[in-house]
Amino acid sequence: MTQVKEKERKLTIARAMAEAIAQEMRIDDKVFVMGEDIGELGGVFGNTRGLHEEFGGERVRDTPISETAFIGAAVGAASDGMKPVVELMFVDFFGVCFDAIYNMMAKNTYFSGGNVTVPMVLMTSTGGGYSDGGQHSQCVHATFAHLPGMKVVAPSNAYDAKGMMIAAIRDPNPVVFMFHKALQGMGWLGTEKEAIVHVPEAAYEVELGKAVVTRPGTDVTIVGITSGVHFGLKAARILEEQGVSAEVVDLRSLAPLDRDTVIESVKKTGRLIVVDEDYHSYGMTAEIIASVVEAGVPLKAAPQRVAYPDIPIPFARPMEQWALPSPEKIIAAFNKMKED
Amino acid sequence: MKPSQEQQVWMYKHMLVSRFFEEVIEKIYMEGKSPAFNMANGPIPGEMHLSNGQEPCAVGVCAHLTAEDVVTSTHRPHHVAIAKGVDLKAMAAEIFGKKTGLSGGRGGHMHIFDANVNFSCSGIIGQSVGPAVGAALSRVMQKKSGIAVAYLGEGAANQGAFHEALNMAGVWKLPVIFIIEDNSWGISVSKRASTAIDRNSDRAVAYGMPGEFIAGNDPVAIFDVVGEAIARARNGGGPTLIEIETSRLAGHFMGDGETYRPAGEKEALQKIDPIPVMKQRLLDEGILTDATDAALVEEAHAAVDAAIQFARDSEYAAPEEAMQKVFV
Ligand SMILES: Cc1ncc(C[n+]2csc(CCOP(=O)(O)OP(=O)(O)O)c2C)c(N)n1
Repeated sequence: MTQVKEKERKLTIARAMAEAIAQEMRIDDKVFVMGEDIGELGGVFGNTRGLHEEFGGERVRDTPISETAFIGAAVGAASDGMKPVVELMFVDFFGVCFDAIYNMMAKNTYFSGGNVTVPMVLMTSTGGGYSDGGQHSQCVHATFAHLPGMKVVAPSNAYDAKGMMIAAIRDPNPVVFMFHKALQGMGWLGTEKEAIVHVPEAAYEVELGKAVVTRPGTDVTIVGITSGVHFGLKAARILEEQGVSAEVVDLRSLAPLDRDTVIESVKKTGRLIVVDEDYHSYGMTAEIIASVVEAGVPLKAAPQRVAYPDIPIPFARPMEQWALPSPEKIIAAFNKMKED
Repeated sequence: MKPSQEQQVWMYKHMLVSRFFEEVIEKIYMEGKSPAFNMANGPIPGEMHLSNGQEPCAVGVCAHLTAEDVVTSTHRPHHVAIAKGVDLKAMAAEIFGKKTGLSGGRGGHMHIFDANVNFSCSGIIGQSVGPAVGAALSRVMQKKSGIAVAYLGEGAANQGAFHEALNMAGVWKLPVIFIIEDNSWGISVSKRASTAIDRNSDRAVAYGMPGEFIAGNDPVAIFDVVGEAIARARNGGGPTLIEIETSRLAGHFMGDGETYRPAGEKEALQKIDPIPVMKQRLLDEGILTDATDAALVEEAHAAVDAAIQFARDSEYAAPEEAMQKVFV
């Protein structure tokens, strides 16, 4: 029997996101898009390319530079039967509009006893590594994930990006969809090639709140999200040459957080390294380590975290690169565990 | 208020320095970025927002200011920084990310800080206004002389911070001037598509202050109108909102394909490039001769070349220095 294998169709995260939004817009006329430069330009990071052409300015709306207004408006529209997908161009800009996000988008469902829903997606770019300075390079994963009432997801590859965007649009709850600029597949931001993977053409969902073991291993668990996953995979390959079998877990979702998958992995390996491009203190790295320790998982060594130092992100390339997580830092963390 | 001949030459010269600076930055920015354009590469990585075409907004205002006056600017700050007297060498070094830069390379092109001349900027749209209002308040509370000027783009006038800050400045009658550089584009979105009225200066009414719109991207006209406003502010007459029609001769940032620009717009703008226009007028009025012009051009080039050379020759800070200066 010959298997009919779908032709390989490698997409960037940018194209996968745009395809997901387009497919949902075709079947659900409640779905519409708002944000800065998301119309004819197709988004500064390419993730709305083609939408304005296909659906027109009524459903794909360029906004003024008024984040409080259009994110607040999305909250209102979502509670009135629409399904807005709005873009905060860089997550760093949340400072000008956070009330609409964490006090309304995230809380109205609860305040209303579940009577008022807010089915919207807030997509936003994260991350640095290309010297865009301290107001255009942050991840602030934990800042969002810390606050209850919104799902927070961050895919590391195009397959997940499409499936999670579709799941996010269909979700009756507000979802913050973070995409890392260096994984976006826009050459001008540098491109992580491993984020460009096969993406089926037909619509599909990737369940939100579920981590995935990206690479199985037995000696150490490396947990990451977005860029952290790719640093982890590179480190795992180097460790393999040294005879160490590393398991890499891609969290994919920060909220809800799939602690079980992480705990199962660490039960097997007994060692844990958490990698995050977000700031070191009070971050996702601490949350993961605390969760594993709380679960009483026996550990062969003290867990380690590789995260961004607690400094504003410097512009100069040598300083910026020095401060970023890297495969080398993960290996150093592993070597430190060996000494324990 | 008419500028003296000397002031006109000062304005022209600073426009030249600014333009030459941007032209050199533009060239160096592309080093290491071809054939594949990747912002991370080359001696100047990251985003780069050039100010070509907007020089009149810088010189027409800053001609009235001294080092003690406070200026807050935007993600597109070079022209204003130069007119405000920011140290050109240290600014160039900062743009290269060098240790000798204004911030030792921590800030970069969107974060130019020079405390010696009270200049700063922010990459977050609309956030220049609050600090300017605060600086003006501080001058009043400390009974110190000097005023504050906030620059912003016309796109930023749709940001909440702008409206909150203007209202407060209006209530407290603070010595602050708001300068909107209307280049008619916020990245790919036109002013018309994003702003409910034609002129942001009309919004001044809502905040109890005078509003002025200056057409023509003309340094002399800007000098005139802004001069009245600044004199009023210095004399306790409160804030003014001024919108200046200007032109963005480059893309939003370097690497911008500018496919959204209507055909012919850029060429038309280049024909009214404010620098040759100013030069011709100064020649016509006998304020400048070909010889004095050539000397100014040479002087401006020399200043820019020296700054760029300084930046190139400077070292990077040791990477670990990233940990310093979070607190002092
Ligand atoms: C709060 C915020 N939203 C969005 C951006 C992204 N952004 C950078 S420049 C720009 C356009 C600004 O337009 P305008 O204020 O007219 O200034 P111009 O770029 O034309 O000088 C935008 C949207 C930002 N930096 N900050």
